[in-house]
Amino acid sequence: MSNTVLHIENVSKRYILNQKGNSNDDLRDTITRMTTKVLKPSQSKMEKEEFWALRNINMEVKQGDRLGLVGANGAGKSTLLKVLSQITQPTSGIVKVRGRMASLLEVGTGFHPELTGRENIFLNGAILGMQKSEIIKHFDAIVDFAGIEKFIDTPVKRYSSGMYVRLGFAIAAHLEPEILVVDEVLAVGDADFQKKSIGKMRDVSNSGRTLIFVSHNLTAVQGLCNKGAYLRSGELIKYGKIDEVVNEYVKNVSKFQLTQNWEDREKAPGNDFVRIKSIHLIPKSDILQDNFDTRTAFEISFEYWNLVSDAELNVSIFLYSMTGECIFNVGDDAKIYQKGIVKSSCNIPGDFLNDGSYYISIMIVRDRIAPVYFFEDALAFDILDHREGTDWYGKWPGSIRPKMIVVNSEQKELL
Amino acid sequence: MNSKERIITANKSTIDYILDIWQSKELLWILAKRDILVKYKQTILGVGWSVFRPLITTIVMAFAFGKIGSLDTNTSIPFILVVAPGVIVWLFFSQSLLNMSMSIVMNANLVTKVFFPRLIIPLSTVFLGLVDVLISIGLFIFLCVYYQFLPDWKIIFVPVFVLLTFFATFGIGLITAVLNVKFRDIGQIIPFIIQFGFFISPVGYLTSSAASKFSNPLAYKIFLLNPVTGCIDAMRWAMLGDFAKFNWESFLPLIAFIIVTFFVSFRFFRKHENSFVDYI
Repeated sequence: MSNTVLHIENVSKRYILNQKGNSNDDLRDTITRMTTKVLKPSQSKMEKEEFWALRNINMEVKQGDRLGLVGANGAGKSTLLKVLSQITQPTSGIVKVRGRMASLLEVGTGFHPELTGRENIFLNGAILGMQKSEIIKHFDAIVDFAGIEKFIDTPVKRYSSGMYVRLGFAIAAHLEPEILVVDEVLAVGDADFQKKSIGKMRDVSNSGRTLIFVSHNLTAVQGLCNKGAYLRSGELIKYGKIDEVVNEYVKNVSKFQLTQNWEDREKAPGNDFVRIKSIHLIPKSDILQDNFDTRTAFEISFEYWNLVSDAELNVSIFLYSMTGECIFNVGDDAKIYQKGIVKSSCNIPGDFLNDGSYYISIMIVRDRIAPVYFFEDALAFDILDHREGTDWYGKWPGSIRPKMIVVNSEQKELL
Repeated sequence: MNSKERIITANKSTIDYILDIWQSKELLWILAKRDILVKYKQTILGVGWSVFRPLITTIVMAFAFGKIGSLDTNTSIPFILVVAPGVIVWLFFSQSLLNMSMSIVMNANLVTKVFFPRLIIPLSTVFLGLVDVLISIGLFIFLCVYYQFLPDWKIIFVPVFVLLTFFATFGIGLITAVLNVKFRDIGQIIPFIIQFGFFISPVGYLTSSAASKFSNPLAYKIFLLNPVTGCIDAMRWAMLGDFAKFNWESFLPLIAFIIVTFFVSFRFFRKHENSFVDYI
């Protein structure tokens, strides 16, 4: 195809891990190892362990594509970027690149703290692959974008970290490559900076250039990219439309535990008073079958065996965020139950929780005061982000995002 | 749209590699400029240090070897002029070697984040030494005027021998730069080598006066194998008029050394440069 700008064929990257010493080995270790190798050639092979950071990656990127790479830490995303930007060579396979490529794996690469802003613009520009004439052409625009006119002749070591990052990004933003490779550089900087940089990347793609973008911010990836590639342990699991790829990724990573069931009462979790029979999390939505997003309402329902007659019991449900913070705890009123199965359920409305990972624990309480059994981490689930009518793709702050709380604004007076 | 296609594979030809270097010449220059600019930032004397270091070294050497070692009795020209070419070569060699061997590690942030031919980094360190050489030569001319000594036409060879000194440094510098990525021991060894290398090189004395001190001819032969000896002898021949004869005994080993180390180190560097990022 004529408009393929990036052709990746069977690319693999292997690292050799030395069991002994690893990267910290000094000269002495190496000499010892080399001597051992000479004396006992058969033994030395045992120490080496291979690690495939990338395995047979095949991809075609077309001109104007905005490709988002997603995957867990260590999935090989950064390695792939490093191979594409020629920082490291693939162990096997071929990459064909058409057009000038610039990679932005870090903001302000090679800045020298002793040099002034002006000197660093030329230094960093050259490092990123700009010609001197290009830098001179864009010089005023860079200074303006970064907003550092006053400090242009101050050594950057005296800059605030914000100024430093702004200057670094301003230089990168004025690169005019046909393919721009961007790593998780947006994690740094304030909201304003993130917005600015996402806007700049949009410009890049709107002008028909190609963008390859890595981020753990799935919202930003979804908002910015049209294509996605999902990597897991060095393998390309899915490549295609961004929404499908992100869905696949989320399904894979979230340790969903939406239902638990015990047929055998003896093996069920619990004790001599109560035993858990089953617990379910049921989405009340027909939009998404597999995933929850912030709109989804759901029901927590569970059953347990009560093994004591005339027990006065009530249940208490805890919802925790991923960080272990309790979002809420709700319970019912105590009632007298006979031996047998007790069923409880609780409805959580949609448009209430924020996106993120959550887990649920259940506590059964006797005589309104004494915990009988605490069933921890009974359920785990993720809520995906969903937003409309905004260009902001940063992480929505807060544990909850309730729609029932409405902000009203009106034009009060005309000037 | 630029239709030129670039192919990234496990192997690249030497010609492509040299072309890559040529295309990055602007970066080479700007890195060199960075090193020069940064060197004397926040110092009071600034570039004055480039004047004082060779000047003081020369004076102290002339005093130590000439007066205390009483080597100045049989020289026809002021001993300080005899020492000067040795100091120029030695400072250039030792500084370049030190900078080169540290260069890759010092620029780790570039190596791990941007692509360019890695050879640019050690190459760029040389310019710093060259600036110092120029200043030292200026100083030498000043000394010549002061002592009313006129070098002859052979002085036009000085740039050639500066270049040869550079090539002699280049081979060892490149190999140590590569080794230093994986073994930081090199960072410890180099200053040590420079320290005692100074005494086995004819910086403060003449090769001819050393010759008579060796009772064992084999030891003298080994002494002549030192590439710095070749550089200093050649430099004295070029700078000191009739004073020094051209010493083939030390010049030929120098040329052999340059040819061998150049190719070996270039191959060694190319073989390892792609794994820098994995070890640094």
